[in-house]
Amino acid sequence: MLSRYRALAEQGVLGLNKRNGDYILRFNPRRLFPLVDDKLKTKQLALQAGIAVPQLYGVIQTQYDIRSLPEIVRDHQAFALKPAHGSAGDGIVVISGRSGSRYRTIGGTLLDADFLSHHLSNAINGQFSLGGVPDVVIVEYMVRFSPLFERISYQGVPDIRVIVFRGFPVMTMVRLPTRSSHGKANLHQGAVGAGIDIASGVTLDGVVGTEVVTHHPDTTHAIAGLQIPDWDTILDISARCYELTGLGYIGVDIVLDRDLGPLVLELNARPGLAIQIANRQGLLRRLQICEARADFDASPEQRVDFAKREFQHPVGPLIEPQRIVTAAA
Amino acid sequence: MNNKHLYALSVVLTVVALALFAYKIRVLGFPLTPQEETQVWNVEAAVRFEPGPAAVKATLRIPGLTPGFAILDENFISRGFGLTTRAAPAGREAQWTLREARGPQTLYYRALVYRDESRLAEDTTPPFPSQPVLDEPSRAAMEGLIAEVRRQSADVASFTTELLRHINQGESDPYLSLFLGRGSTPAERAQLATVILAGAQIPARIAHGVSLRSEAGQVHSEQYLEVHDGVQWLYFNPQTLQQGLPRDFLIWWRGDERIADIEGGALIEVTLAVQQNLLDSMLVTERRAEKLGSHSVDFSFFTLPIATQAVYSVLVMIPVGALVIMLLRNFIGVKTFGTFMPVLVALAFRETRLLWGILLFAVIVSLGLLIRFYLERLRLLLVPRLTCVLTVVVLLMAGISVVSQKLDLESGLSIALFPMVILSMTIERMSIVWEERGASEAIQEGVGSLVVAAVAYVIMGMAWLEHLIFVFPELLLLVVVAALLAGRYTGYRLLELRRFKALAPTREAA
Repeated sequence: MLSRYRALAEQGVLGLNKRNGDYILRFNPRRLFPLVDDKLKTKQLALQAGIAVPQLYGVIQTQYDIRSLPEIVRDHQAFALKPAHGSAGDGIVVISGRSGSRYRTIGGTLLDADFLSHHLSNAINGQFSLGGVPDVVIVEYMVRFSPLFERISYQGVPDIRVIVFRGFPVMTMVRLPTRSSHGKANLHQGAVGAGIDIASGVTLDGVVGTEVVTHHPDTTHAIAGLQIPDWDTILDISARCYELTGLGYIGVDIVLDRDLGPLVLELNARPGLAIQIANRQGLLRRLQICEARADFDASPEQRVDFAKREFQHPVGPLIEPQRIVTAAA
Repeated sequence: MNNKHLYALSVVLTVVALALFAYKIRVLGFPLTPQEETQVWNVEAAVRFEPGPAAVKATLRIPGLTPGFAILDENFISRGFGLTTRAAPAGREAQWTLREARGPQTLYYRALVYRDESRLAEDTTPPFPSQPVLDEPSRAAMEGLIAEVRRQSADVASFTTELLRHINQGESDPYLSLFLGRGSTPAERAQLATVILAGAQIPARIAHGVSLRSEAGQVHSEQYLEVHDGVQWLYFNPQTLQQGLPRDFLIWWRGDERIADIEGGALIEVTLAVQQNLLDSMLVTERRAEKLGSHSVDFSFFTLPIATQAVYSVLVMIPVGALVIMLLRNFIGVKTFGTFMPVLVALAFRETRLLWGILLFAVIVSLGLLIRFYLERLRLLLVPRLTCVLTVVVLLMAGISVVSQKLDLESGLSIALFPMVILSMTIERMSIVWEERGASEAIQEGVGSLVVAAVAYVIMGMAWLEHLIFVFPELLLLVVVAALLAGRYTGYRLLELRRFKALAPTREAA
């Protein structure tokens, strides 16, 4: 057990205690949390900064507003409903079309208007928000995901998670929905997580839970070796999300739209640690490299360059400058 | 961030906690274990007398200077008599007075004494005694005896022993036949010894007392000879000649007087009785602290009313439960519903006992979940639904109580102490996790909460720990220290070692 502990430490694996104590507490001031916990605020900030996000159709704030849903989505066959304070994808309903008076979800289930308004009122009352506080529901553009991922995802929208440390993209992965995750890109529910080489934007092998998988469990296509399009844009957007909020340790969730390219879905001030398993690499090692060598006043472009240079997969252990000197002598 | 500050604070808190703890144990003698009891003795003197026609005044010598023992409590039982206590040459005395009394009367004095080695004879050094007034032949005999004894002895102690040996030989001793008649009592002989010691310029007196044996019942007073050697009082058993005061000898009064005197009446008898008891050490400690003038007892839980004390004896254990949860969450990595929900469930387990507690918890939560899933289909709004679940939980609890009463299962009744609001929230939270993340995650977290609650219950239920924290609340500072240090623990959690096992290089690869 102790040897496992030491092995993980040597690999620079980041644990929850360290993430909370040394990164979130230090770099994410509490007062900035509302900026990312409220997806509506994040969206508005991103729009101001010129970062592409899914188009906002409307906001349902009160029980009364629920009646206006048909009005909001009159011109949109497909749309997504998201509780502004939902966490881990809880409470999100994606409608891909209509069938008479009923709504068809992306999974193919037909929902009547009654069910949908019940769901909305639950969300407004805070069923999906942390601590059960009253919430609002965002009605927005349904992302039409890029055909690229069709072969390696089961329904749903795959999304790309980028961990951004003080403006530097340090680790990325793509989350691929599976049948067991009910089409959600949520690793806890059984979605596949696959690391991406920051330098090239090419996917690595995936994992389900803690098990390594080389092929998607439902579509049986190989996961590794896929070149993510618009990779530089994705890194650039993520890097600029730092200036958006000022939070030093965030997870940026990005989707690739068929027509619109990369769109920022949401930011997360407490990003999970499963990304390390997906990359089969410790995150701590990269964070330490960043802290030791990075210039934190650099522009977003310079930060992306730094990340592409330093974090080419696989990343070796951090060697302190003085150790190099002693080794040379 | 500033670890030095944190460590300094931890050290300060630890030192304060341990210092207080040590002070209370060492100086005030607070008991370390809950069942600790101190031996105490109930000593009683009953004075029976026949009052005369006029006013009556009864005087009883009562314990005052008692080396090796301290008085915890004393009371006087006397119907209608006026009572005063005062210091007297013989120690202390109680005086009962009554203008008019009819028929035989009994007065009682009762005292509760406990062993206190720190009490010594706090007497001042007595003056040299005056020469006894004797007739000429007696005087000559005494001087002869003193001269002979002095010749055979070296100091005050050996002089006394030698003198007592002569006295014990009694009538056969030529010098002593003058003083002692036939069949003299030990008390008379001790009395004689003080007279002769006075003749030799050695302060001496008789100490009357009782042996505090373990059997209950009537005892007779015994005499010891107290002799001052210029520095301290020495004790001699006038019959066995042994020096030193036995450990279980309680000195009641001193001097030549009897234990009781009656003015205006006739003394029938004085009976002394002793009974050994065991008393909660805490009581004795409180008294001791009072006498030492320490305020640590004034500001402890023991000054609170009993009912409030009972509440606090439970409350002080909550931080301990929280500590357990902190360890399980931050070092092991167990997932629970709500941060401290398991502590509240553990508190409920105190009443239900563990097995019943787990059973009842499981029954209520699973029934609640069924109801919750049914309510989901009715599409209720959130708060009304929570109200519904809460009400159903209360009804379920009531139902279980009533049914178990019918089945004569006592344990089923204690369900009333379950924190129902917390249970309702747990049910709600669990059903959401169930829907959003699947049944396995929900059951895993539910079982996790239950396991944590059970562990917290076992630890919070340790009688010695409860006693320790209640008597020494300063130990809770150590909980704070543990939390401070754990707050800066940024290593892996035990379950993370398994979670990230794919990231650890295998031996072959390394």
